[in-house]
Amino acid sequence: MADLLNVKDLCVSVEEKGILHGINLSVKRGETHVLMGPNGAGKSTLGNAIMGNPRYTVESGKILFEGEDITEEAVDKRARRGIYLSFQNPLEVPGVTLGNFIRSAMEQRSGKRIRLWDFKKEMKKALELLHMDPSYAERDLNVGFSGGEKKKAEILQLLMLKPALAILDETDSGLDVDAVRTVSEGVEEYQKSMDGALIIITHATRILESLKVDRTHIIVNGRMEDEGDASLVDRINQEGFERYMTPVSKV
Amino acid sequence: MARERTEVNDIDRSIYDFRYEEKDSDFYKIKEGLDREIVEEISEKKKDPAWMRDFRLRSLEIYNEKSIPTWGPPIDGLDMKNIVTYVKPKTKMTADWDEVPKDIKETFDKLGIPQAERKSLAGVGAQYDSELVYHNLQEEAASKGVVYTDLESALHGPYAKMIEEHFMHLVPPTDHKFAALHGAVWSGGSFVYVPKGVSVEIPLQSYFRLNAPGAGQFEHTLIIVDEGAYLHFIEGCSAPKYNIANLHAGCVELFVGKNAHLRYSTIENWSKNMYNLNTKRAIVAEGGTMEWVSGSFGSHVSYLYPMTILNGRGAKSEFTGVTFAGHGQNLDTGAKMVHNAEDTSSYINTRSISKDGGVSTYRSSVVIGRNAKNAKSAVSCQSLMLDSDSRSDTIPAMDVRTQQADVGHEARIGRISDDAVFYLMSRGLSEEDARAMIVSGFADTVSKELPLEYAVEMNNLIRLEMVGAIG
Repeated sequence: MADLLNVKDLCVSVEEKGILHGINLSVKRGETHVLMGPNGAGKSTLGNAIMGNPRYTVESGKILFEGEDITEEAVDKRARRGIYLSFQNPLEVPGVTLGNFIRSAMEQRSGKRIRLWDFKKEMKKALELLHMDPSYAERDLNVGFSGGEKKKAEILQLLMLKPALAILDETDSGLDVDAVRTVSEGVEEYQKSMDGALIIITHATRILESLKVDRTHIIVNGRMEDEGDASLVDRINQEGFERYMTPVSKV
Repeated sequence: MARERTEVNDIDRSIYDFRYEEKDSDFYKIKEGLDREIVEEISEKKKDPAWMRDFRLRSLEIYNEKSIPTWGPPIDGLDMKNIVTYVKPKTKMTADWDEVPKDIKETFDKLGIPQAERKSLAGVGAQYDSELVYHNLQEEAASKGVVYTDLESALHGPYAKMIEEHFMHLVPPTDHKFAALHGAVWSGGSFVYVPKGVSVEIPLQSYFRLNAPGAGQFEHTLIIVDEGAYLHFIEGCSAPKYNIANLHAGCVELFVGKNAHLRYSTIENWSKNMYNLNTKRAIVAEGGTMEWVSGSFGSHVSYLYPMTILNGRGAKSEFTGVTFAGHGQNLDTGAKMVHNAEDTSSYINTRSISKDGGVSTYRSSVVIGRNAKNAKSAVSCQSLMLDSDSRSDTIPAMDVRTQQADVGHEARIGRISDDAVFYLMSRGLSEEDARAMIVSGFADTVSKELPLEYAVEMNNLIRLEMVGAIG
């Protein structure tokens, strides 16, 4: 089967500072990849570059999605192809309710109008799964949401938009035990019932406990330093990233 | 690589730009400028009672003595010598659309006026240039004793005395130069009286259309809502664009009785050659409520600060406004609240948007008098600039004369954040949709207060024509 996502020799800079230096990554449909690495290694940069954030400049290399080159494509077009990024810091948009926003995003992606009744039914299901009060649909997008509520709202959007590939950028950071479990259940639902592919950027492992992990990648100083199966996550947990660090960066 | 860029364009006002060539034979136009002879001629044409004729002439004297305000946007482009102060369509006012001359009727048809009346209004007035061409009140409201008519007829009818007792008492000609001008040459407008305890369930609407190039419109709206009564009044304004200056110096006087409630909504969409120097004022008696909803989208220059005098214990007022200043526009808008009694409260909530070199200034004043113990006032003004060519200023003033008052103020000026645009786009929204969503979301707290058809129109205006490509 062809790869869903192919990142080839990707070099990315932010404000003329090189962050990624030749990254390669392949994700097949329905696979779950974990991306780990020390702070500042370039994990979020990779996520943003795949999504197409204009702040991140691709200097060389390619991003292919379902075999097509999307390296130069605008973010909304990538989203409509089925790429999703769960933000580390989701933005607040006053005057736009979460429900209306999700509905117009769904309509933009499908190009069809969605019946309000169908939408509400589906929304109710997703809200329940994430232990969110139905009133969230009527609240302004992320406005006044706590950190945990924002992350749940990101997973809510994931479940409603059903992309082929979801990148979770530290979705578990700053959450309490219960919230991590809830978010993890949401991700599991996406993985299982939507056959969704995942790139999970994380420092912790709690979010991974109930998820099947296919591959683990270690990124250090903008380079892929190691790759393995799910067991690599446990090893990193015990040993840290020290063995990947050069003596200079250890200081 | 050329990256696709989009922007929120100016409000497309061209839908208001249709116009018929006015043949001089269809209209009576007074000569340009302003002098005693012109004022006397207007007074004579309008068959003013003697007191009104004297009032006009006195106002003219005041006008000549007063100087042009210097604290606001420049109005050098306005030369009274070139303004035609009175343009009368050669038709009588009627309560039957079929009798309105074809050209004028088609103009109002395009603005959706008769349709709106059939659907959702209890009464409609339509003014074309200086005179009303149509006025009608539904039977149900009329049977309750509600009066809704043009001011000229009212001056000669059973309410003549009431008008004499109220006309320009709230906004005296001495207030400022353009109030004096209004006093001298006013024409048209509406008179509304809602008797004690009567609640007018569906709104009344007056629509003002200024069609003649180089003309001025000086309509006077006088509304008296008696004790315990309720009224929602909607005012709409528009004009086609000309290359010469037009002037609007209307005056609105609102009297809200004890425990009465008045909601006054305005959508102003003048063309960009218009100087909009309008004065609006309300006085509220004990326990009464005054609500203002104001959308300012048009004009070249606007000075507009509706004022409320909270004159009785427990009187309340709320002002909700949105201003959109595009290319070539300098809109100076806001509100004034005067607390003149105990337990009064006021709330000012505004949003202004400026783009493409437009200037939007929020200017407000809250005055809490010594006798206004336990007064409460809150002000929230927010501005959004859509590009770096545009300007936004906020000039809020507060004058509090008692220790026992609760006064709050919050101001925010910002730009559209690229990160927010990226966030919305990452869910599949196009850039123009993302930007429009942010802008209409910004104005949402205000636009949802507008009458429904205007709220829809405003959102459409914001969305229109937003694609552009920059290399």
